Amino acid sequence: MPVITYRDALNQALREEMLRDDRVFLMGEEVAVYQGAYKVSKGLLQEFGEMRVVDTPITELGFAGVGVGAAMVGLRPIIEFMTWNFGVLALDQVLNSAAKLLYMSGGQFNIPIVFRGPSGAALQLSAQHSQAFESWLAHVPGLKVVTPGTPYDAKGLLKSAIRDDNPVCFLEGEMLYNIKGEVPEEEYLIPIGQAELKREGDHCSIITNGKMALVAMQAADQMAKDGIRVDVVDLRTVRPMDVEAIKTSVMKTNRAVVLEEGWPIAGIGAQIVDYIQRECFDSLDSPVLRVHQADVPMPYAKNLERAAKPDAAKTIAAVRKVMYIE
Amino acid sequence: MATKVFMEALSPTMEEGRLVKWLKNEGDAVKNGDVLAEVETDKAIMELVARGDGVLRKRLVGEGESRPVGQLIGVITTADENIDALVASAGAPSGTAAPAAQAAAPSEAKPAEQVVAQSQGTTAASPVPRGGREAQGEASTPPQEKTAAAPVQPIAASGAAEGNGGQTRSSPLARRLASERGLDLSQVRGSGPGGRIIKRDIESAQAASAGAAPRQPAAAPAAGDFEDIPLTQIRKTIAKRLVESIGPIPTFYLTAEFDLTRVTEMRTAMAEMGDEFKVSINDILMKAVATALAQHPEVNAHWLGDRIRQHHRVHLGMAVATNDGLIVPVIFDADQKRMSDLSHEAKELAKRARERKLKPDEYTGSTFSISNLGMFGIDQFTAIINPPETAILAIGAAQDVAVPHGDGYVTRKRIRVTMSCDHRAVDGAVGATFLQTLRRLVENPLMLVF
Repeated sequence: MPVITYRDALNQALREEMLRDDRVFLMGEEVAVYQGAYKVSKGLLQEFGEMRVVDTPITELGFAGVGVGAAMVGLRPIIEFMTWNFGVLALDQVLNSAAKLLYMSGGQFNIPIVFRGPSGAALQLSAQHSQAFESWLAHVPGLKVVTPGTPYDAKGLLKSAIRDDNPVCFLEGEMLYNIKGEVPEEEYLIPIGQAELKREGDHCSIITNGKMALVAMQAADQMAKDGIRVDVVDLRTVRPMDVEAIKTSVMKTNRAVVLEEGWPIAGIGAQIVDYIQRECFDSLDSPVLRVHQADVPMPYAKNLERAAKPDAAKTIAAVRKVMYIE
Repeated sequence: MATKVFMEALSPTMEEGRLVKWLKNEGDAVKNGDVLAEVETDKAIMELVARGDGVLRKRLVGEGESRPVGQLIGVITTADENIDALVASAGAPSGTAAPAAQAAAPSEAKPAEQVVAQSQGTTAASPVPRGGREAQGEASTPPQEKTAAAPVQPIAASGAAEGNGGQTRSSPLARRLASERGLDLSQVRGSGPGGRIIKRDIESAQAASAGAAPRQPAAAPAAGDFEDIPLTQIRKTIAKRLVESIGPIPTFYLTAEFDLTRVTEMRTAMAEMGDEFKVSINDILMKAVATALAQHPEVNAHWLGDRIRQHHRVHLGMAVATNDGLIVPVIFDADQKRMSDLSHEAKELAKRARERKLKPDEYTGSTFSISNLGMFGIDQFTAIINPPETAILAIGAAQDVAVPHGDGYVTRKRIRVTMSCDHRAVDGAVGATFLQTLRRLVENPLMLVF
């Protein structure tokens, strides 16, 4: 099976879906001539022309709105935000237009649109450009929120997102674009809302999503050396959430650590913990712990940034605590 | 700081206790662990110990009176500490007598005198009206300031988890497992933070209770399968003094050498009849031990702390060495089984033990164990008792020994066995009598068919 980067996996998904359906088009800052700020759209302008690969001004609210309008009249736009930190400027179109129109039009207008771009912290991008947005977006009824953590998941989920008849927010990561993984040559789709058990163990469940899946697997590998075997449940999609996968794992292990990229207050992990305490109460042998970003704006200083981010060491500490290992 | 003396749950099922005798007077200095009083529970007369240092300032219950578990029955403080409030809290909810006594106490009286007068009034006037009991129990069971355990916990009996206002802390999973398995959480010691009872505590408690009261179908103790012998005072004293002397299981050892001449003849004769009749010396010894145990329930017993359980069924544990360590699978109703069945079952269990395929049911519930190191050429050794059993038999190697015969010597095959006995339950003479029976059976194996 070919081993390709997350970036190339996304590029393949875009290209295959644009070939398959000529209603699909890509719009955003620097997506065409510059081939994408992170080169995700490399070669697409040359292959599909400027009607389907459209450079925009620096006007997130504007081109997101153009996208919603295009979706209303039958096209299937993919709106690239150079980062979701810029995507906040377009939130009115995302939350108020894309997410609501099916409901407010009494089912007349569904909005088959994908908003995509990197989310969360990279390295030393400081407070304004290091934010993880999945919990913000997942808060809104009418949006689906997808956070793939591997090249395989990125391709299969982006194809499903593009084919979805409703708005999908697709959260990638600067630090993920270069990671490599096996991606089959033949076509495949990953259903939105389906978690994957990425590691199997019976001592504790680590529930996670997005780029934290890699952190969870690092932690799992390290703990395996000490004989601690964990389930790593990668949700992949945070809305709709694969609650059955969470339940199955926690019922098996009786312990859970929720690992998320963002801040703690009202974070996606809080939602997961809420679900676990309701569905798995009588199976819990310890309180569920969360590992998350420190509750501060992301520091610029390298040492402080490292201290603020969730990582494998913090995850291991939490797992040991719920396992009552001193 | 004051240490409250509560009526403690000194047996798992105790709801109230009768104070038989105070062993400390008011004004006596006491240390943590000192015996304050003898209390009669639903099962036995137990000692109530101090949970802190100081002076026993007040005795709030008279000898011969009963109090519900959790009731304040005494106060230990420094010699001059004011204990008004404490004593009042014990007296106040107990009905009309207390307020009356309070009202009667002159407000300008010295605190200490006032307290004495007041609580004497309370004690004399009202040995706890029934209606006041619950309120009183609540009023007198705040988390204890100084001691490690909350008052309603059976501290001495079980050392259960420290309570939150008297509640046992436990994980939801632990609660569910305890309920599914019929375990009383108050009898489980919690190893989690703050004494929280967690899954592993349930599992270890269950393993312990499986030993004490086997629950697998094969050995489930039905009524009539055993007899509980209450501890006599002398038995209790023996237990207490020997534990002080030598450790939690005061063990002594009895060694005997058995002549195997007839066992050897029997084996040879049986083997000549065909391979299917071959049995090992160990098989014959197991049969003999099981048969002897059936005649000596006093060593086929479990030490349960407050009583000795003599089993009428013989479940013989056999120590098996595996790569992972020692395990003791059980041959249930060993005395009822034919030697060929015993032989077959022992082989099968040993094999499955080495393959780590034993189910918990198969290694819990033994009433007596044997351990044989003869195959390693060990002449004799002492084995460690498998609690709550009260004895174990260590079997050495059968070997040729020169024994005096007439004016000279003859060579005999003999074997040395050593019985480790828990002296709390088994006295030397009792163990020796068992070994006498066993000797008779081993040296005359035809008795085994009797």
